[in-house]
Amino acid sequence: MSGGLILPRRRLIAGAGGLAASLPLLAGCDAINEAPAVRKILSMGEEMHRASQRALMDRDALAREFTRADLSPTFRSNGTKLPAGDAYAAHAARGFADWRVSVSGLVARPLSLSLADIRGMPQRSQITRHDCVEGWSAIGEWTGVQLSRILSAAGLKDAARYIVFRCADRIGDALYYESCDLVDALHPQTILAWALNRAILPIANGAPLRLRIERQLGYKHAKYLTGIEAVASLAAIGAGKGGFWEDRVDYEWYAGI
Amino acid sequence: MNEGQVPVPPPPRPPPRLYRHRLPVRLWHWLNAVTLLILLMSGLMIFNAHPRLYWGDYGANADHAWLAIASTPDTGYLRIGDTRIETTGLLGRWTDGDGVQRTWAFPGWATIPTSYDLASGRRWHLFFAWMLAGALTLFMLWSLFGGHVKRDLHVRRHEWAPRHIWQDIRDHARLRFPVGAAAARYGILQKLSYIGVIFVLLPLMIFTGLAMSPGVNAAWPWLVDVFGGRQSARSVHFIAAWALVAFFLIHVTMVLLTGPVNQFCAMLTGWFRLPPERER
Repeated sequence: MSGGLILPRRRLIAGAGGLAASLPLLAGCDAINEAPAVRKILSMGEEMHRASQRALMDRDALAREFTRADLSPTFRSNGTKLPAGDAYAAHAARGFADWRVSVSGLVARPLSLSLADIRGMPQRSQITRHDCVEGWSAIGEWTGVQLSRILSAAGLKDAARYIVFRCADRIGDALYYESCDLVDALHPQTILAWALNRAILPIANGAPLRLRIERQLGYKHAKYLTGIEAVASLAAIGAGKGGFWEDRVDYEWYAGI
Repeated sequence: MNEGQVPVPPPPRPPPRLYRHRLPVRLWHWLNAVTLLILLMSGLMIFNAHPRLYWGDYGANADHAWLAIASTPDTGYLRIGDTRIETTGLLGRWTDGDGVQRTWAFPGWATIPTSYDLASGRRWHLFFAWMLAGALTLFMLWSLFGGHVKRDLHVRRHEWAPRHIWQDIRDHARLRFPVGAAAARYGILQKLSYIGVIFVLLPLMIFTGLAMSPGVNAAWPWLVDVFGGRQSARSVHFIAAWALVAFFLIHVTMVLLTGPVNQFCAMLTGWFRLPPERER
């Protein structure tokens, strides 16, 4: 990506065949779109949405919970549907009996939790709507443990400002990861789910454990969870934008809109 | 003979000029022209990410879409309900500027950016959504309290008469547009379409847009209920966007038919030249 405003000549000439692609105005749009200054200005929209939602709306407002009559007949899966690699395959073959989730970073008591540990804690079930950034929605019933319980068991330190979620699936050469602020991390509907529609979570939907962060778009709901890390800043993680898609293609970190 | 005695008709007087569009109207008009174009084109990019529409709370690939833009191995098509329209070359399957066949719903020349880039489409869309909402709010306040509504958009009692409305429809159909002093005021169809856009369609775009936000849904669940569910709101958002496109096409057609230079200059400077009375 050059970011410059000079049009590639090839595109200009080739575009002459198309209806309006030949207009320098339109071909120039992509150059404008890629200019760092423009991207910086456009990104102000995201921050305005985050700040206005935090300021104008109830921080603890619950996402709508539906009834079983409202469930989608099939719950679509997207992104990774089967993590690559022998390690994940071996876990799946053993029914994830040895799967562990670490709780680390700015906590008083780092933890390493098995699925049995997690299922032994008080559980929450919620029937919620999943909204993909692409536009589709699906309603499913999720069961799991509230993240707030795990964080209070580990004891968040005062310096902790974000929670980072580490995953077992790799896209390209990078492990998937996501993050959220403490408002969403401590929200009662933010759970680590191990069941979907009262059955063990399918691999395509993130087995053995996925995040549900109901007031944000689908890509925030990290699947194949391996770790939870409390941090003071996201700058040193990945490319510093707070998540795999955020780093890779510039999706908004705050996905409440 | 009395040559030289023939009275020379006086030269036609230039029609009077009138300050028709106040500054806020002009500013809002042109800001909206840019904003709505960017919102439409970036919106089509976002639609390309999932070119199917549903009614109700949920809807994904396995569910029934009332509208879909898709492709077969060699054609592109638009499906509305059970009706399928071949759209190869325009929708669903088209050739980009580099001669490459693409199967995204809307072609690159209609979207921002021209390639598939959902993150960028959303950034443009969600930034200019603020522009639309902010400018509309200010314009509504100015219109209501600054007298624009009362002076220019208010529909007088006699204008509601069916005969009056029917007459305006017939005049439009026969391309007979008001002249002289009558051209200084908006006609009934003009008033109703401007009121419809300002107070119905644009707010509808904003509220159906907000009804797609999971954060807003949690805080204001009534908003998504008003539209009958999140996917219904998405469908209404799409339909209302095309209603705005239809308004734009009629709007530009009317400008072209009623003196485009005069109309365009009036929307730039505010000063409108009244079309002269017709010779009878």
